Order: sequence, then structure tokens, then C-alpha cells
Amino acid sequence: MDSTGIVVGFWVLAAVTIAGALGVIAARDLLHAIFFLIVSFLGMAGLFITLSADFIAVAQVLIYAGAISVLLVFAVMLTPLVSRDNGNSLYIAPGALAGLALAALVVFVAVDADWAQLSGDALAARSFPDTAATIGELLVGRYVLAFEVASVLLLFALLGAIVLVHERRDDDAAAARAEDGAAGDEEAA
Amino acid sequence: MTVELGHYVAVSGVIFGLGVIVALGKRNAVAVLMGVELMLNAVNLLLVAFARFGAAFANDAAALSGHAFVIFVLTVAAAEAAVVLAMAVLVYRRRETVELDRITLMRW
Repeated sequence: MDSTGIVVGFWVLAAVTIAGALGVIAARDLLHAIFFLIVSFLGMAGLFITLSADFIAVAQVLIYAGAISVLLVFAVMLTPLVSRDNGNSLYIAPGALAGLALAALVVFVAVDADWAQLSGDALAARSFPDTAATIGELLVGRYVLAFEVASVLLLFALLGAIVLVHERRDDDAAAARAEDGAAGDEEAA
Repeated sequence: MTVELGHYVAVSGVIFGLGVIVALGKRNAVAVLMGVELMLNAVNLLLVAFARFGAAFANDAAALSGHAFVIFVLTVAAAEAAVVLAMAVLVYRRRETVELDRITLMRW
């Protein structure tokens, strides 16, 4: 038996998260879709708090709601108005079918399974006295190799992003445009 | 009325399904990336929920391995977002569009 606050918080935050995700699908403007996505990320951070994962919740707000959404806004602003709409592609029907089928399957399993019986022992909730300290020890202890690989991955992602968007000199850019124009003509023909 | 593991599994499944719809059904490359981020978020929720409802884990360190995995997922998601958005800007600069239906250079 949880306290009322946790139960109410769970349902409200779940509703906010799912409504944000639905807004991403429904929004006509790509910027509005990004704002709905931020709402969904913040709701997810709240769900992490109801799971007593305080460190993950803060990391979620910082990285998803902060950094990634700012990157998305920048990407939209760097590709001007013509690419601002959030329309559906040809594959929306099979995509919706696949997504709804997957969601229905997982929800069916979640509802059908006898969690109350299981949670007597193996699936009872546990509370963590010090999440951040234990996660830190895990990251530089048991998972130190993955930690180092992740740092190298971040470095190369940073370098790759810089190299990709680096402005070339004007004559190079003109040559590239001409080349692209030729390619586009071939395609049209 | 209690909140159990099943509730979180259901929410995670719904978010993942909506992410699949966005990733497969949107025309704009940035919107597709948003769908992928939604799917990663759903998986993060599942990892954290199983860490929380895991009294069978031997100790806190074993249960919090789920949280460590979430940290790695966050790292990969950030790196992926940076690279994909750089690619979107590059593609826009060269082809004047980021609509995936119209980037057909490699179509047979």
C-alpha cells in the first residue's frame, strides 16, 4: 500500500508523459512537436522520482529536457521555414499499425500478469539510501570499461558533428552545389 | 491501491509504441529523431522500474546496475542526437530539404 501521493503522482505523470508523446504525433508545427517532447521528457523525469531514482531524474532533466531539446530547436532553426512542418510520411499507416500493435502487446502482458502475487517476494519495491554514490562506484568499478568506451564515443561524436557541419570555403561549396545539381538532374531524368 | 511494476511496464509500452509511430510515420528527419528519443526514454523507464521493484537482487549495487545502464543510454542518446542533427543540417545545406521522402539519392 503506497501513500496516496505516490499513486496520484504516478497517474498524473503517466498521463502527462503519454499526452506529450501524443502531442508529438499530432502537432502540425515541428517546433510545437519539440515542446510537446519536452513535456513528455519532464513527465518521465517525474516518473523516475516516483521510482526513487533521484539521480536519473536530474540527469533526465539536464540531458533530455535541457541539452537534446536545445539541439533539436537548433536543428529546426538552422533548416529554415520550408522544413518546419511535421507532416506524416507515406509509411504512417504501417508505422501506426506496428506501434499500436507493440503497445497493445506490452500493455496486455502488463495487465494480464499477476503482479500482486509476484510482488510478495521477488518483485517487492526496494528503496535506495544513496543512489548517486552507488552509481558512481559502479561506473568506475564494475562498468569502468563501458565508461571509458562511452567517453571515447562522446569524443568522436563531438568531432564528427563538428566535421560534418564545418563550413567549407566558398569555391568548394560552389563546386559541391554544382555537383549536387548535376546529381539531381540525373535523378530527375 | 498501489503502484506496481505492471503499471510502469504498461506506461513504458505505450510510450515505446508512440515512439515507433513517430519514428516510422514522420516525414521530417528531426521528427524521426524525436521518435527514437521517445523509444529510448521508454526503455530507460523500464530499466529504472525493474531496478526499483527488484527485491530479489542481492544488494543495492546489483539493483542500481539498471541505473548505470540508464546513464549509458543517456550518453549514447546525446551522442546520437548531436551526430544526427549535424547530418540533418548538412543534408539541408546540400539538398535544400530534410524530408526523408525526398532524399532519394540511393533509391534503385
